[in-house]
Amino acid sequence: MSSALDAPLPPGDDPWAVLRAATRARVALGRAGDALPTARELEFRAAHAAARDAVHQPLDADRLRPTLGDFLEVHSAAPDRATYLQRPDLGRQLAEGTSLPRADTDLAVVVADGLSPRAVHEHAAGLVTALVERLPGWSVAPLVLAHQARVALGDAVGEALGARAVVVLIGERPGLSSADSLGVYLTWDPRPGRADSERNCVSNVRPPHGLSYAQAADTVAALLGAARELGASGVVLKDEGPALPTG
Amino acid sequence: MRRRGTVGGRTYEFPTLVELMARATPLRSGDVLAGCAAESAAERVAAQTVLADLPLATFLDEQVVGYDEDDVTRLVLDTHDPVAFAPVASLTVGEFRDRLLAWAAAGDETSISGLAPGLTPEMVAATSKLMRNADLVAVGRRARVVTGLRSTLGLAGRLASRLQPNHPTDDPLGVTASIVDGLLQGCGDAVIGINPATDSPARTLALLQLVDEVIGRYGIPTQSCVLAHVTTTLRALEAGAPVDLVFQSVAGTQPANRGFGVTLDLLTEARAGALALGRGTVGSNVTYFETGQGSALSADAHRGIGGRPVDQQTLEARAYGVARHFDPLIVNTVVGFIGPEYLYDGKQVLRAGLEDHFCGKLLGLPMGVDVCYTNHAEVDEDDMDSLMLLLGAAGCTFLIAVPGMDDVMLHYQSLAFSDVLTTRSVLGLRPAPEFEAWLARMDLLDDAGRVRELSADAPAARALLAAASA
Repeated sequence: MSSALDAPLPPGDDPWAVLRAATRARVALGRAGDALPTARELEFRAAHAAARDAVHQPLDADRLRPTLGDFLEVHSAAPDRATYLQRPDLGRQLAEGTSLPRADTDLAVVVADGLSPRAVHEHAAGLVTALVERLPGWSVAPLVLAHQARVALGDAVGEALGARAVVVLIGERPGLSSADSLGVYLTWDPRPGRADSERNCVSNVRPPHGLSYAQAADTVAALLGAARELGASGVVLKDEGPALPTG
Repeated sequence: MRRRGTVGGRTYEFPTLVELMARATPLRSGDVLAGCAAESAAERVAAQTVLADLPLATFLDEQVVGYDEDDVTRLVLDTHDPVAFAPVASLTVGEFRDRLLAWAAAGDETSISGLAPGLTPEMVAATSKLMRNADLVAVGRRARVVTGLRSTLGLAGRLASRLQPNHPTDDPLGVTASIVDGLLQGCGDAVIGINPATDSPARTLALLQLVDEVIGRYGIPTQSCVLAHVTTTLRALEAGAPVDLVFQSVAGTQPANRGFGVTLDLLTEARAGALALGRGTVGSNVTYFETGQGSALSADAHRGIGGRPVDQQTLEARAYGVARHFDPLIVNTVVGFIGPEYLYDGKQVLRAGLEDHFCGKLLGLPMGVDVCYTNHAEVDEDDMDSLMLLLGAAGCTFLIAVPGMDDVMLHYQSLAFSDVLTTRSVLGLRPAPEFEAWLARMDLLDDAGRVRELSADAPAARALLAAASA
């Protein structure tokens, strides 16, 4: 034991920097008595506040129109945010009386608030543009903007529009260091009742920290091509399709 | 059997035990989602009134989840100990609550703790539904459950901690940095337990060797665990890995456990493998289980007799009926992890944490809690502080802690290492005795026994920082 305690200090002005350099975890914060020092406590609160605000900020259609172009708007059966958070089943169904024009296209694209409307505000337009550019041979239904929506709401939308596939761009659950991450879910032959195992997902679209729009769009376009060939999406596609980028 | 209760001049009917238990449960979002919650506050009290008059022994004859359909029910009933049950066999659920509170007030730990093999999860869950938060604390702290491997856990006046050094890519240096940070703050006496980023046997083996080396190098009286799937741990055992603890998430129904990819036989096999290594010094408890209200519902495996939805708290208690069969060193509920569709806000998380601790302890488990939350729940640090302090008062076996409350791999918030220190100092609690002696040897404690605020050139800090810069 004494030999271990005689260890030399790591070089540098701040020996604690060794810990900080090794991980993004909040190590070597110091203490005020048995609690966190004020500055560290406030840093944590700022991160949590950003995540909370990302969840509760309403999806703003007017803000999206200049960049996203024309879209149809739908609401799930969850009337407000509190209900949405407690009733995922309602977030998967369209509000009563919703009607969508039948388009009979290859693809429908749904932009959904999910758990981070902020992610939609920041990244949806860039990703939709990049994706449509990569699908020259595909007919695409009018874009749909969905409020209080879960991923599976795309099944009902895709079926109503008569699309052979649906791509849902949705705000992901905010983490302390990533409040604006967008996820993309692809489902072939969408209809209510599809299982999560019948979808393919690309997550963490969040330039410059996460995937770029081009990277994500490349992957989704490749998945769509493979799904069309196979007539299915999900686990089967992942097994037989091209290697997917991670992260 | 159909039962009726009257509150405020209105009579409510409960067709089976399943509805009675669910309607009697304090409000939580998961039961609303499952469609089994009481439809009004009055109906809830009516159900509690009926439950209070129900003989405790009813649960031996009438099931919530069927005996023929579900191996958890069979395990519980087939191992029920009528001798241990005898002291309370004639009581109703309400009388049982009163008896527990009387024993607790008298400090009679022997009477409370001796019941465990005679109690079923449903009996304990039913009793908790009649209890207030303070009742759960008062009785929970008198249910003594002591376990050990290389540290002794559950002794009176002690609060242990799991040091959780997760890293997004399982980077060895990153994991080590978080371990060092936790050790320097007096955490890790229950376990140094890593959730691996991927469930690969090679990764599990590498992490097990890493923690084993740190524990060996500094002579730390604690144990390691990599929280991989039990089948991965079995492969690590075959490869000769230094496995202290076999970990598995478990739930309260057979289909939910199938969803986790586990069977009782698998758990038996893995426990035997770890036991055969003989790595304990003060005890031989070699399993670790995690649970959490809502896990069965999230797997659509929450139905009981006649396909009726069972409330999530009763199913959680049934998960403890699985865990206790394997003599665990530690068990914890991950109480706020699963999200607001199961526990919506701070009030619901607080209540659930206290219920889970109470039910686990009454059933004989060394119960700890991951006091935690996600960003889409109506929960914040203040709620976590209330729960950790109440759990400290309730004699909770251990709390989980991560660097700065932020788990950078699982993306949720747990307690900080310093929160464990706060809970210990506010309530006069101490670490596990062997670990406390090690802290003293490392000169990490001051004269009053408090974990020092360190400077980097202190001998212990120098030594441990050397591990992180290796």
